[in-house]
Amino acid sequence: MNIDSIQNGFVIDHIQAGKGMDLYHFLELDKLDMPVAMIMGAFSRKTGKKDIIKIDGEVDINIDAIGYVDPGATVTIIKNGQIVEKRKIEEPEILTDVIYCKNPRCITSTEQEIRHVFRLTDKSRHEYRCIYCDARG
Amino acid sequence: MANLINILDLSVEEIDRLMDLADDIMADPEKYNESCKHKILATLFFEPSTRTRLSFESAMLSLGGEVLGFSEAASSSSAKGESVADTITVVSGYSDIIAMRHPKEGAPVIGAEHALVPIINAGDGGHYHPTQTLADLLTIRHELGRMSGLKIGVCGDLKFGRTVHSLIEAMSRYDDNEFYLISPEELKLPGFVKNEYIIDKNIPYKETGSLEDCIGELDILYMTRVQRERFFNEEDYLRLRDCFILTEEKMKDAREDMIVMHPLPRVNEIQTAVDKDKRACYFKQTVYGKYMRMALILKLLEVEV
Repeated sequence: MNIDSIQNGFVIDHIQAGKGMDLYHFLELDKLDMPVAMIMGAFSRKTGKKDIIKIDGEVDINIDAIGYVDPGATVTIIKNGQIVEKRKIEEPEILTDVIYCKNPRCITSTEQEIRHVFRLTDKSRHEYRCIYCDARG
Repeated sequence: MANLINILDLSVEEIDRLMDLADDIMADPEKYNESCKHKILATLFFEPSTRTRLSFESAMLSLGGEVLGFSEAASSSSAKGESVADTITVVSGYSDIIAMRHPKEGAPVIGAEHALVPIINAGDGGHYHPTQTLADLLTIRHELGRMSGLKIGVCGDLKFGRTVHSLIEAMSRYDDNEFYLISPEELKLPGFVKNEYIIDKNIPYKETGSLEDCIGELDILYMTRVQRERFFNEEDYLRLRDCFILTEEKMKDAREDMIVMHPLPRVNEIQTAVDKDKRACYFKQTVYGKYMRMALILKLLEVEV
């Protein structure tokens, strides 16, 4: 499967080998009504092996969620068979409704219609904390 | 608009200025007794805490202001299912400043997002209680005359004891302090507090399960209550409640200039016989707390006297 074969869609490339399925589930790609290809253990000049996900169709992809699971990944956006943008993903400073606070004592467990917001508190530890109760994500 | 959610919202310099203001109020209370005239403090206590609420109300009344509010969730609209956001939005139309206590962690953050007036966190579950910490800091400065170079023992429930976490966070910002973490295994200081405020800052510390072993080295002994409401299991509570009790006997090994602090209420972790010891400062803490709350209200309302 080549990038060229996608008319309108996304390629998530340079995913750390082994993390492709995590990302697939995290982004809930199994729920999409469009072709999704998962390539695992593809050759990578940089890291030896990598995973790649190709999505053949227009859909809103949560870039923050990709940054949370694998900040080293890249996203290529394809429109009308052409690459229109290639984005290097970084760990987002703020995650909104990507992960959910599991602390039963947190106000997010009772307050109506509240968004679950986490802040990157320690980049070296890849640590996110709930902005309300400080629980780790 | 300024709020106080966490003690770390205040810089060391801001805390020092607040303590200076509290000192000035203590020295000449009459100078301030009309400084908040026509201002209203709302005390929204979604969880009962008589002491903290009365301290806030006394502080505002002593500044010439007025107070309104509720003392438990059952007498507020939250009993009907109203969100914190809506309650705060409504009450901020009736008051100039809000002190709120809520059993859920992070509730005051929501308050601050929706309020049109300053919000003071008067305790959010087992999370933060910054005005208690302000009271603690003023107590230390007044009683010991310094904030640095202190050996600080914290004893009891270090796991759920939010006042301990905040005290460690605050005192770790002053130079040359050392911590003695005295608790049973089950109630040890959580790793994230220890890592962020002690280990990462290269602050010397000692963890021990014995108060007797270290009481003689301390400048400050900060006792805490093992709180029933922090346990899911009654059996665990009963087993750990009596672990660390300060007695007259143990005080014999303490230094003459050590101070004993406690956020109160006390259950049985400090014998009442210790109350008459001149080193017992826990009742003075409540007085210092009122003056710090007065200083804080003046600061957040931007009242100059």
